Amino acid sequence: MSWYATAIQILLIGRANGAIIALVALGYTLVYGIIELINFAHGDVFMLGTMISLTIVTWVPSLMGLRRASQMPTELIPILLLVALLASMIGCALLNMAIERLAYRPLRRAPRLAPLISAIGVSFILVNIGLHWKGASPVDFPNMHPSVSLDIFRDVLGINTQIFFTVKDLLVMLLAVPLMLALNLFVTRTRLGKAMRATAQDREAAAMMGININQTIALTFLLGGALAGAAGLISGMYNNSAWFFQGFRGGLMAFTAAVLGGIGNIYGAFMGGLLIGVVAATSDFLLDPRWTQAVVFGMLILILVFRPTGLLGESTPERA
Amino acid sequence: MATLDVQNVHTYYGNIHALRSVSLTVQDGEIVTLIGSNGAGKSTTLRTISGILQPREGRILLDGQPINRLAAHEIVERGVCQVPEGRRIFSRMTILENLEMGAFARKDRAAIQDDLARVFDLFPRLKERIGQKGGTLSGGEQQMLAIGRAMMAQPKVLLLDEPSMGLAPILVETIFQTVQEINRQGVTVLLVEQNALMALQVADRGYVLETGAIVLDDSAANLRENETVQKAYLGIE
Repeated sequence: MSWYATAIQILLIGRANGAIIALVALGYTLVYGIIELINFAHGDVFMLGTMISLTIVTWVPSLMGLRRASQMPTELIPILLLVALLASMIGCALLNMAIERLAYRPLRRAPRLAPLISAIGVSFILVNIGLHWKGASPVDFPNMHPSVSLDIFRDVLGINTQIFFTVKDLLVMLLAVPLMLALNLFVTRTRLGKAMRATAQDREAAAMMGININQTIALTFLLGGALAGAAGLISGMYNNSAWFFQGFRGGLMAFTAAVLGGIGNIYGAFMGGLLIGVVAATSDFLLDPRWTQAVVFGMLILILVFRPTGLLGESTPERA
Repeated sequence: MATLDVQNVHTYYGNIHALRSVSLTVQDGEIVTLIGSNGAGKSTTLRTISGILQPREGRILLDGQPINRLAAHEIVERGVCQVPEGRRIFSRMTILENLEMGAFARKDRAAIQDDLARVFDLFPRLKERIGQKGGTLSGGEQQMLAIGRAMMAQPKVLLLDEPSMGLAPILVETIFQTVQEINRQGVTVLLVEQNALMALQVADRGYVLETGAIVLDDSAANLRENETVQKAYLGIE
């Protein structure tokens, strides 16, 4: 493989994983932005998103008396995908909102360490739910249709190249990018989205303007959870696996991405996600996949030491 | 019946007894000022009225209806809006977005547009910078934005917390003229100020707060002539 083919391949893989990381990172950054809490349970919400999707993808075909989703009529596959996506997004959104209500809101006036410990506790609970639900070993996440493994260059376009770019890779982007654009539109254009930004910048001033703070925080968790749910489905589909412990690694990668971009900054989380995806893919290809976590977390340490505000972190003072 | 009626309010920060049985009234259409030194409890009084703090004892009535158990956003919906100390505009949002946030609790779109025009009449400078981020404004402009933002809530009662803080004297003059103009348009004003001289010039009545308790209340004219007030707050020996 020539060096530029390798580079393109790394970018393509990195971008797909990066999109998944970015979706999860957005949840970290939204929540941090609004209540300055690192929601350690967020990675595990993402894991449960994969579990919910997996359940839908295996359960619906079994209702029709089939063994696998790929045996279903082709025209039903997009519907199955959509149902799994919605179930995962709604499930994770409600779960995340419930977590905020039960584990964080009662501690809102407590010292900052208290909700952090509470978050770690919630993380353990969710991991154990995942363990109980799907067992200790990684579970196969079946392809919904054989065509998702087709290579776009060779099988669809007939171009002879060594670069792999499957329909699945494309699907990741087709699902992730519209969600990110929708989030961006929501926070910049809608009344509630603007209220979210105002609350993130100055909670008390927002309350003085008539913004319902509890409702706005709940909405933030709802959105973060929905994005994690979508990421859960996409990750299961892309990696063909679901594992109760995937939220730990995935969560840490996404957290690193959020910090890299500047925690609290939505564009930062998006960029950080893509960047971490590419760095991880580079390390997978050129070093060894076993080194990837060390590389990513080494980066986290470097960022925290040399640029703790992240790439797009705000350096302007909050109050003049 | 007073528009705003604060009755024997006690407010605590943890164990610190910040307000000790504060009572004050503001009649419809008045400008009432609350003066006192640093830490006397002026801001605490406003923050208790606007629902940011909950009084442990006492009642706060708006047009005879108790509001002291309501959340801050519900109090805004009833027509009490506060311009916070230090302005606290949303610095990463544009001027227009800041003003929109002021109107958050309202649903009447057409009237919101009218009020936007009214705020721009009051502060033409804001209109020139409508798309600029709040954080890029000067201190005086930020104060204008903070007042404009609160006006967007269409308040019956406007609570102003130290609007002159950190501003050049000429701007202080402008801000106080604006407060009088807003009052002429029918908004009742409760004004907290360290600049007692200015406050007593625009106000109808005043209260003097010392270590969490009201020690004096009178018409603004009488307070200006009062020897203790002159010594303690007006710098006249």
